[in-house]
Amino acid sequence: MLYIKCPHCGLRSQNEFAYGGDASVKRPELNKEISDQEWDEFVYLRKSPRGKHLELWHHVSGCRQWIKVLRDTSTHEIFNTYKSEEKVG
Amino acid sequence: MVQNFRLDQIGLINREKKLSFKFNGKKYFGYEGDTLASALIANGVHLVGRSFKYHRPRGFFGAGVDEPYAIVQLYRNGETEPNVRATEQELFDGLEAKSVNCWPSVNFDIGAINNFLNIFLPAGFYYKTFMWPRSFWYWIYEPFIRKAAGFGVASKEHDRERYEHKYEFCDLLIAGSGPSGLASAYAAAKNGARVILAEDKPRFGGSLLTSDVSINNQSGKEWADNIITELKGMTNVTVKNRAQIFGYYDHNMLVMSERVSDHLPKSEEFTPKQRLWYIRAKQVVISSGSIERPIVFGNNDTPGVVLASAAKEYMKVYGVLVGKKPIVFTNNDSAYETAIEFKKNNINPIVLDSRQDSNSEIIKEAKSLGINIKFSHVVVAAKGYKKVKSCDISEISEDKQNLNQIKNIECDCICVSGFWTPTIHLASQSGGKTKFKEEIDAFVPDKSKQKEVTLGSANGIFTLEETLKTSFDKGFELSKEITNKNNSQQIPKVSEKKHSKHDRFWCVPLPKGKNYKRFLDFQNDVAVSDIELAIREGYRSIEHVKRYTTLGMATDQGKTSNLNGLQLVSNIENKVVPAVGHTTFRPPYTPISIGAIVGREIGKHSKPTRKSPMHNWHEKNNAVFVDAGVWLRPRYYKRGNEGLFEASKREAENVRKNVGVCDVTTLGKIDVKGPDAAEFLNRVYTNAWLKLPVGKARYGVMLREDGIVMDDGTTTRISENHYHMTTTTAQAANVLSHLEYYLQLVWPELDVNVVSTTEQWAGAAIAGPKSRDLLQKLFPDTDVSNEGLPFMGFVEANFFGVNARIFRISFSGELAYEVNVESDNGNFMWEKIIEIGKDFDLQPYGTEALSTLRIEMGHVAGSELDGRTIPYDTGLDGLVSKKKDFIGKRSLLKKAYNEKDRQRLVGVVPLDKKTSIPEGSHLVKDPKGKLPNPKLGHISASCWSVEHNNPFSLAILKDGKNMIGSKLYAMSPLKNKTIEVEIVSSHYVDPKGERVRS
Ligand SMILES: [Zn+2]
Repeated sequence: MLYIKCPHCGLRSQNEFAYGGDASVKRPELNKEISDQEWDEFVYLRKSPRGKHLELWHHVSGCRQWIKVLRDTSTHEIFNTYKSEEKVG
Repeated sequence: MVQNFRLDQIGLINREKKLSFKFNGKKYFGYEGDTLASALIANGVHLVGRSFKYHRPRGFFGAGVDEPYAIVQLYRNGETEPNVRATEQELFDGLEAKSVNCWPSVNFDIGAINNFLNIFLPAGFYYKTFMWPRSFWYWIYEPFIRKAAGFGVASKEHDRERYEHKYEFCDLLIAGSGPSGLASAYAAAKNGARVILAEDKPRFGGSLLTSDVSINNQSGKEWADNIITELKGMTNVTVKNRAQIFGYYDHNMLVMSERVSDHLPKSEEFTPKQRLWYIRAKQVVISSGSIERPIVFGNNDTPGVVLASAAKEYMKVYGVLVGKKPIVFTNNDSAYETAIEFKKNNINPIVLDSRQDSNSEIIKEAKSLGINIKFSHVVVAAKGYKKVKSCDISEISEDKQNLNQIKNIECDCICVSGFWTPTIHLASQSGGKTKFKEEIDAFVPDKSKQKEVTLGSANGIFTLEETLKTSFDKGFELSKEITNKNNSQQIPKVSEKKHSKHDRFWCVPLPKGKNYKRFLDFQNDVAVSDIELAIREGYRSIEHVKRYTTLGMATDQGKTSNLNGLQLVSNIENKVVPAVGHTTFRPPYTPISIGAIVGREIGKHSKPTRKSPMHNWHEKNNAVFVDAGVWLRPRYYKRGNEGLFEASKREAENVRKNVGVCDVTTLGKIDVKGPDAAEFLNRVYTNAWLKLPVGKARYGVMLREDGIVMDDGTTTRISENHYHMTTTTAQAANVLSHLEYYLQLVWPELDVNVVSTTEQWAGAAIAGPKSRDLLQKLFPDTDVSNEGLPFMGFVEANFFGVNARIFRISFSGELAYEVNVESDNGNFMWEKIIEIGKDFDLQPYGTEALSTLRIEMGHVAGSELDGRTIPYDTGLDGLVSKKKDFIGKRSLLKKAYNEKDRQRLVGVVPLDKKTSIPEGSHLVKDPKGKLPNPKLGHISASCWSVEHNNPFSLAILKDGKNMIGSKLYAMSPLKNKTIEVEIVSSHYVDPKGERVRS
């Protein structure tokens, strides 16, 4: 079970969180004309990298904040966690 | 019965307390402190079971967790448990156990014919034999394998025992209380660290209980006892025996199984049988010790062949002799301790040592005691079927390839030692790599991956002096990093006998013309010949060899067999062992009961139960409840002999005729507040929200980004910047997460906050033609006329002194209102409504009537909004704005979503107007069509229409819009029904929606 440092609450066990997928996905702006392909990429297509992955986790049983977690998908090592508005790097 | 193999003077058992037990129906006696194994051996019982594949007789091989054979079916306090290792099961008064894997009895086993037919059961025989013809699987192969294979029988009864889970944190978690565990625990605890020390056995001390050493002029056991006593007295230390750390998971989470009551005749009240500990440790010390490995020789699975260390443990811990004419067969010095222990108890062992000579301290001692030692000698084969009666021995050449003349000597046990294998399971589970250590011919942990360190013999260190020194140092060092304290302990003085080098020898060659089975894996009956065959057949990867031959599988996980298997593969392949590598160690290290994994989350405790504030009233008034997610909701209120059908029909009819009240507290409620709340709702819902006035409610539909309907509900503008959103009971949590996602990540510029208020409000839906008259009585100060409170209107009102909200919304299609009060006033509100409602023939109604009312109105709910439908499919396309953008809108342009014959919500009525259509039935054109019969749609919800007094269903039907009036068949293979139906409009009642506005 992962041990995730919520930037708001501190270290918490994985079972307090819900996984939210790739954090680098950006929703197309409202009212903007975009191609089918662009939209489908946003809705359906996700990379599944082995290694470093910036992902969203929702602290559902805690502060209810969506946070970003930089995690290695093969070793589960967590390098850093960020608030939703924080710059990653 | 006399315990013929019990020694008088020795052992840690309590001879004051005699215990009686039964094995295979026969009564025996043992002592408190015995295991089932030690008590049986004391009574001369060595035949405990039959092997997995060949049904060969099985005895005891080890004395603890490493035991591959002695697996029994245990009976305790009216329950039965399979897969219990007799070497681990502590004896209690009245214990009963039976052999497994043998029929009709352990002494006469019909399956043993496999042993004589074993030419037909080579490696991979399951794959080869049971492949074709395919149809044989169901009728012949599977039942055969199920009956013939496997250990023990799982109980079919409900497990009455209690199991618990516990969560714990510590600075240092120490797995194993041998010398390295005790030393590191002591050093760390004395330096202020919070320590958990776990010992798998009932007694602490590990090898110190049986080894001939002294520490600070005390015996190993005395020293261990003193350390444990001191640790137990410290508030920063938790010491647990009977506790196996079986799994090392991510981020230093380890799981420990504590056998709290397994050693007792029955669990005490409110005490669990077992407890699972989830421990998050800052540092882990793996001091899990090592397991002696066998030397492979002919018929080495005969009962009476035991590990030398086990024979010593049976003597020194339990005061039990595994035999009175022992052979000790070794390639190293450690087995001499066993030989010496025999001698001290007036038994004369013969030692066969594969080495040419050795003159270490311990061998000198053995010689001086007059023990018969034959160097360059090996056991070629054990003789005897159900117990060792003699063995063939021979001199062996220096290169270990050739045997000399074979002699037979009488014996009743063979104590074998092929040196030691570090127990690296936990270190490997943590994700760390392993390395092969040449000096000990075994793998040890390499670089740690997580925060763990492996000490003592688990790390391949076999001298006590070095073990204690490194363990004291490590315990101090690790604790210092955490506590910043500097209290180090003096490392005790050790005296122990120096050992000479072991012999790299692990398998006795077959004598000419003999074809003895030489077993590698005793639990899975894998012999040398099986591995040879697998390699001849082309299996190269050790992982494939494992699966093909079953080497190292099942409950044993190769504790005694792994390394010898690797040696064999490396010999045949002419590779070094590290090049062959080893198979992955996976948790659990030992089998864990299902009960322990489930813990207290069983039956009604498997999920939380949420109740509305009116729950007690429902209960008192004969409500029959139904699970709605985690909520309990009244399904119907039973009167007299009514069943579900009669009661829900009565309740629904009363809503259509008079007035009903329904507890709608469970609906999800979310407060949406802030200056940008309207804009936010406008983006979340498919319809327009910017112009909703204060005091008005609106029905809304929200989509996922892929265009699928996510949820629906009404949202009311309470004040300028305050909206009260409702969701379905089932989707409440998802909708909140969804809103938070967009507010926090996608549109953080919107100044809006959302919070769940589901539990803050109790809700009652009042529906029916008389609802306004009733409402007027409930709210005499409020104007609830059609003008004062029009359809979709909202007003705050005084309800007999408490604050209430009235929403004029309807789920039933009737004139209806929803009244909310603060939860604490919920029961007060409910009782008042019931009391005053009497004059209006009010009846409470449950979810079943609620469903009936919404179905015949054609209102969609969860069974239509099932995660596969878009607004068009569910008749909600009128609510989709063409003008503005919203979540999921772009997806609605998809080609598939705009096909002309797209599925659509319709109504379905059986032609006979009598037969109810099972939910989930498929709609087809031709009831006798060839399979697979094309499915045109499915029945999503069914009810008995109270308005029309006949069955009515909703369906999602292909090209539904153009199918009205056509005839189809509803087929339910599950219910074995085929019903001729007519497709009608989904609005079966009041299609113009006049009642709600009346
Ligand atoms: Zn948090």
